[in-house]
Amino acid sequence: MNATATIIFVALFLLITWLGFVAARWRQADLNLLHEWGLGGRRFGTMVTWFLLGGDLYTAYTFIAVPALVYGKGAMGFFAVPYTVLIYPALYVVFPRLWVVAHARGHVTAADFVRDRFDSRMLALAIAATGVIATMPYIALQLVGMEVVIGALGFPTEGFIGHMPLVIAFLILAAFTYKSGLRAPALIAIVKDFLIFITVIAAVVVIPARLGGYAAIFAKVPQEKLLLAAPTGESFGAYSAYTTLALGSALALFLYPHSMTGILSSAHGHVIRRNAALLPAYSFILGLIALLGYMAIAAGVGEDPAHAAGFARYGPNYAVPALFLASFQPWFVGVAFASIAIGALVPAAIMSIACANLFTRNLYKEFLRPDCTEAQEAQMAKIVSLVVKIGAVVFILALPQAYAIQLQLLGGIWIIQLLPSILLGLYTRSCNAPALLTGWAVGLATGTYMAATQDFASSVYPLQAFGVTIPSYAALYSVLLNLFLAIVLTPAFNLLGRQGLAAADR
Amino acid sequence: MTRETPKGSRLRYLPRLLLIIPVLAMLWVPSYNKLEPALAGIPFFYWYQLAWILIGAALVLIVYLIEMGITRRT
Repeated sequence: MNATATIIFVALFLLITWLGFVAARWRQADLNLLHEWGLGGRRFGTMVTWFLLGGDLYTAYTFIAVPALVYGKGAMGFFAVPYTVLIYPALYVVFPRLWVVAHARGHVTAADFVRDRFDSRMLALAIAATGVIATMPYIALQLVGMEVVIGALGFPTEGFIGHMPLVIAFLILAAFTYKSGLRAPALIAIVKDFLIFITVIAAVVVIPARLGGYAAIFAKVPQEKLLLAAPTGESFGAYSAYTTLALGSALALFLYPHSMTGILSSAHGHVIRRNAALLPAYSFILGLIALLGYMAIAAGVGEDPAHAAGFARYGPNYAVPALFLASFQPWFVGVAFASIAIGALVPAAIMSIACANLFTRNLYKEFLRPDCTEAQEAQMAKIVSLVVKIGAVVFILALPQAYAIQLQLLGGIWIIQLLPSILLGLYTRSCNAPALLTGWAVGLATGTYMAATQDFASSVYPLQAFGVTIPSYAALYSVLLNLFLAIVLTPAFNLLGRQGLAAADR
Repeated sequence: MTRETPKGSRLRYLPRLLLIIPVLAMLWVPSYNKLEPALAGIPFFYWYQLAWILIGAALVLIVYLIEMGITRRT
C-alpha cells in the first residue's frame, strides 16, 4: 500500500467530513423545511453557485471517464469539449426563466413546475420517476470513480474488507447530507475545487515536461486516433455521432434533477446568467483533463507491468490513476486521488438530495400523504436521501460495474425525454399533458430500443435513411420523435375533448 | 404564470443571437477535423475546440453585460 499517499488522502477526507457537519450552521436556518434542507434556502450567490454547480456537473466519474474514453477511443472521446461549449448558451437563455417561475411559485423540483404548468399529476409523476431512475445509476457511477482511486492507493478491493473504505466513505456522506442538506456539498465543493485545480494544473505542466512536450505526446498516439473518421458516400462516419453526442448530452445535462437543484438553489436569475459566463472555467479544466488520456498513452502506463492488475480490473478507467502514480510524488498522489474521491462525494450528495426532493414532493406528498406537515415533508426527504445512497452502494457491491455504466448511458436517453415538457412549458401554452405524456412514453421506448440494438454498449444508433447511414446519439433521435409527437398530438387530444381526458387524468 | 416583466421591446433579446455562434462553430465538424496548424505541439482539432470554450464564455459575458446595460437604462 502507498502509505504517504494514503495518509494525505485520509487527512483530506477527515477535513471534508468535518466541513460537512459544520455546514449545518452555515447561514443558519430551519433545516426542517424542505427548501432550506434541499435547496439551501435558495440563497446561494454567484460564487457559491459557481462552486456548487462546478462540483455538481463535473463529477469524479467525468474526471475518470472522459480521459479513459480519449485513452481508448481517441478523438471521439473529445466530444466532451464541444458538449461543454454548448451547455452555457442554453443555461443562459432557458434557466433564469425557469428560476423566476420556480421562485415565484415555490417549486422545488422540475416535476413541481410541470405539475403546476400543465395541471397534470400523471405528467408530473412521469417527470419525477424519470428523474429518480435516471439519477440512481449516476450516483452509483460516482462510487465507481471512488473505487478506482481507492484501488489505485493499493487497498484490496475484493471481499468484505475490500468494500469497507467505500462503505465508510458513503456512510460519512450519508450522515452529513442527512444533517446539513444542500449546505454540505456547497461548502465541500469549495475545498474539492481547489484540490482539482491544483491537481490539473500540476498534471498539465509536470507530465508534458517529463514526456518531452505536447508534440512528443501526440507523436506517440496512434495517428488514426487523432482525428474523427471522415464521412464516406454511404455513411456520415464519426461526424454525426460526434456532434449529436455533444448536442444531446448538452440538452440532457440541465434536465437532470441534480442540475435543477443546483440552479434552483441560487439567489437570483442573475446568479445563473453570471455563472453561464464563469462555469466554462471548469470546461477548460475538463478539456485539459481529456488530454490526460493521451498523456497516459504516451507515458506507456498500459504496458507497464506495475499497472497491469489495475487495468485488468478497471479497464481504461485506470488510465488516469496509473498516470498520476507514474508521474507524481506519493504525497501529491494523495492530493490528486483525494480530489477525485471528494469530487465523487459532492455530486453524489446533490444527486441524492435531488432524488429525495422529487420523491417527497411529487410522490409522497402528491399521492401518499397530501396532508403532511412541512416538517414531515423535510423529514421524509432526509430519509429518502439515505435510502438512495444505500441503494447505490448495494448496487455497486452486488452487481457488475458494467451494469451501472450501461444504466447511466440509458439514463441520459431517459432524462432527455423531459425536454419537451419543460421547454414547451416555459415558452408556450400550446401543448397539453396527454400529448406530452405520449411523446415521453414513445421517446423513452424508442431510445431504449435503439440502445438495446447496440447491446447497451453504445448509445450511438446507426439510422438508415435514403440509403445513407447516419450514426447518431439515440437520445437525440428519440427526443426529436418525442417533441414531434407532443406538438402533433396536442390538437388531436384537444379535439377528443378536454373534459373526458381531464376526468381520466384525476 | 409569472413571467419576467418585459422591459422595452423584444429587441432587447437581440444580443442573444451572439450565443448561436459557438453552437454553429462546434456543430461544423469539418471545419476543425484536421491536425494542422498545430499550436505548441497540440494538433488543431484539440486546441481549436479548447479555444472555443474561452470564446463561448466571452460571448456569454458580452451578452450579459449588454443586457445589464439595457436593463439599467430602461
